[in-house]
Amino acid sequence: MLLASLPFYPLISFILLIVFAKRLSWHVASFISVGAMAIAALVSMRLVLELSAMPDSVMTANLWHWFNLVTKQGSSDVNMSFYLDGLSAVMICVVTGIGFLIHLFAAAYMKDDANFTRFMAYMNLFIVAMLVLVLADNLVLLYLGWEGVGLCSFLLIGFWYHEKANVLAARKAFIVTRIGDTSMAIGLLLLFNSFGQLNIEALSSLLQQIGSSGTGFSTEQLNDIYWIALLLLGGAVGKSAQLPLQTWLPDAMAGPTPVSALIHAATMVTAGVYLIARMHHLFMFSPEVMTYVAWLGAITLLLAGFAALAQTDIKRVLAYSTMSQIGYMMLALGAGAWSAGVFHLMTHAFFKALLFLTAGAVILALHHQQDLFKMGGLLKKLPVESALFVVGLVCLMALPGTSGFFSKEAIIAQLWSSNTAGPALWWCAIIGAFITSIYSCRLFFLAFLGNKRYRTGLVVEKANLMRSALVVLAMLSLFGGLISLDLSQVFQSARASISFENEPSWLHSVAIATPFFGILFAWYYFKNYRLTKGQDDYVLSASTHSFAVFCRNGLGFDSLYKRLFILPYTWLAKLNRNDIVDKTLMSSAWYIGLWHDVMTMIQNGSLRWYLAAFGLSILVLVGVTIL
Amino acid sequence: MTAIPLFHVLVLSSLLFTIGFTGVVARKNTLFILMSLEVMLNAVGVAFIGAGSAWQQADGQVMFILILTLAAAEVAVGLALLIRMQKKYRSLDIDLLNKMKG
Repeated sequence: MLLASLPFYPLISFILLIVFAKRLSWHVASFISVGAMAIAALVSMRLVLELSAMPDSVMTANLWHWFNLVTKQGSSDVNMSFYLDGLSAVMICVVTGIGFLIHLFAAAYMKDDANFTRFMAYMNLFIVAMLVLVLADNLVLLYLGWEGVGLCSFLLIGFWYHEKANVLAARKAFIVTRIGDTSMAIGLLLLFNSFGQLNIEALSSLLQQIGSSGTGFSTEQLNDIYWIALLLLGGAVGKSAQLPLQTWLPDAMAGPTPVSALIHAATMVTAGVYLIARMHHLFMFSPEVMTYVAWLGAITLLLAGFAALAQTDIKRVLAYSTMSQIGYMMLALGAGAWSAGVFHLMTHAFFKALLFLTAGAVILALHHQQDLFKMGGLLKKLPVESALFVVGLVCLMALPGTSGFFSKEAIIAQLWSSNTAGPALWWCAIIGAFITSIYSCRLFFLAFLGNKRYRTGLVVEKANLMRSALVVLAMLSLFGGLISLDLSQVFQSARASISFENEPSWLHSVAIATPFFGILFAWYYFKNYRLTKGQDDYVLSASTHSFAVFCRNGLGFDSLYKRLFILPYTWLAKLNRNDIVDKTLMSSAWYIGLWHDVMTMIQNGSLRWYLAAFGLSILVLVGVTIL
Repeated sequence: MTAIPLFHVLVLSSLLFTIGFTGVVARKNTLFILMSLEVMLNAVGVAFIGAGSAWQQADGQVMFILILTLAAAEVAVGLALLIRMQKKYRSLDIDLLNKMKG
């Protein structure tokens, strides 16, 4: 079956690449990996076509029985089986489609790397894990994919492991997301304990059934749902880099640029959004947690926006903007605007992949220079890249007509009257949009306008492979908003009755006009970034105002966590340098060693000693018997 | 003729046994160890004879003859080994035979 085979194309490619490794030439290796992705992308398209022909828009494929879980409520099968509905169809299209384009780009981008095959193998493995995650029909399989993407993220961030900073960034990403994963694992266990079911389909119908029955949920069950939703939210927050586990994402930019595009913009970080959308049946019954989701998203999108305003590294600006955009998705999910959130996930994948890859092309042209203040004036030198970047930024700012506009407006439109959101969150979203357009403009001005501030010559590559991938992404970003996403079947139970009657009439015009205000503000405020000054050796430096530095360092979260967690932990570790537990365990080894010595001493080979011991023991035996 | 009480016989036997055992443990010369072994065997023999006479049974004497035979065989083997040892080590010190240690 086509559905069952989907994750196996990249998997086979991964195995081939990892087995033959450096024996493959660049041509063969890129043909295998990119070809596998192309097949996967075609298969996904085909699956979507088939799915739309299905009456109930659901496809399943059972590969094999994995194991069986038994509880007091009965037993639940955990199968290796895939479940495709509207939501996972969107995800597989994004994962394989964008994944294919990024692979295409990466094949050209990483061409000269000594470990090219290893890189492509990891990228393929990542796609496998992501496909398992989005296709899983039960939460255990989903968790497998969840951990798989975490692993690949770790491997790819630390891909250039010769530099210590990269390794530290990889480790940080792994540990921080692991905190979220632990919370999610506990959530899953709690879920299984209270409802005896881990199959997503069965679980949703079970929840529906209890919810719509006369008695409804008991207080205890509602309490359980609250905690389960909260713990799952913890997992989502870790993976999607939301407050308070967001600190890993900016550092993850240490990886090669295609990785940033694939994992930290287009796919992996949206796993958290996917999880919440997938478990929306559960979240629906816990409006408090939905409100938390919305607030978390709103706060993250504002904080990340402020942080993006002060960054000097082009990739870090994009990283913070990713966090901020995922904040929008979370906000949408929290407000109950499920399809709008998923829609924004899709369009964001288009334009953020485009932005990252174009940034990668720019960085490559500048000999791996990532500092915005050492760019400038690139508009004339790299016209194609500049145009593509502008397309990406326009979508990011959500100017009318672009894909970002459709999705972001869809989110903002539903906030005001939502039961779990409200006007306050609406204002947060508007301010977020304002900041988004300011930092987008700042980024554009710094990189492409103004004086030429780089010293080295440009390497203008005529890599058609890279260009073609970028152009396709740009088309998708511009016109992706026209894709009609019909998720009503997935979220049919979730269609809450929102009345839009009490809304003021100026809401939409304000939402549409905000990005333009942002551009206007940036046009004047960042004037010196954009204007060409007379002298040629003009040096522009980042603001050293304490607030700007504070924002640049991610609003102090890193140092806060260092104070709160890392320092006490290392203090404890130092305190327990001579590991007490280890010493206790080792004492048993010492005891055995002692007896070993005694025993060898006894075996001295002297016959008379043996005899004496013999006589003594007989004496003792007789003595004991008599007494 | 007054019968010697069994207790006295056993005390004599134990004394002889202890003397023999001490000899085996304390002596370094293998020849003397063999001789001490003979003393121990004879101590056991005395105990058998005493017990046989105390209960008026022939078994004790039968046993003693068996022990004598055993002692003769053992001495034959033991002396043969002593000759080999003397040839190999030019000494009869038992502590030289300590190669089999752990």
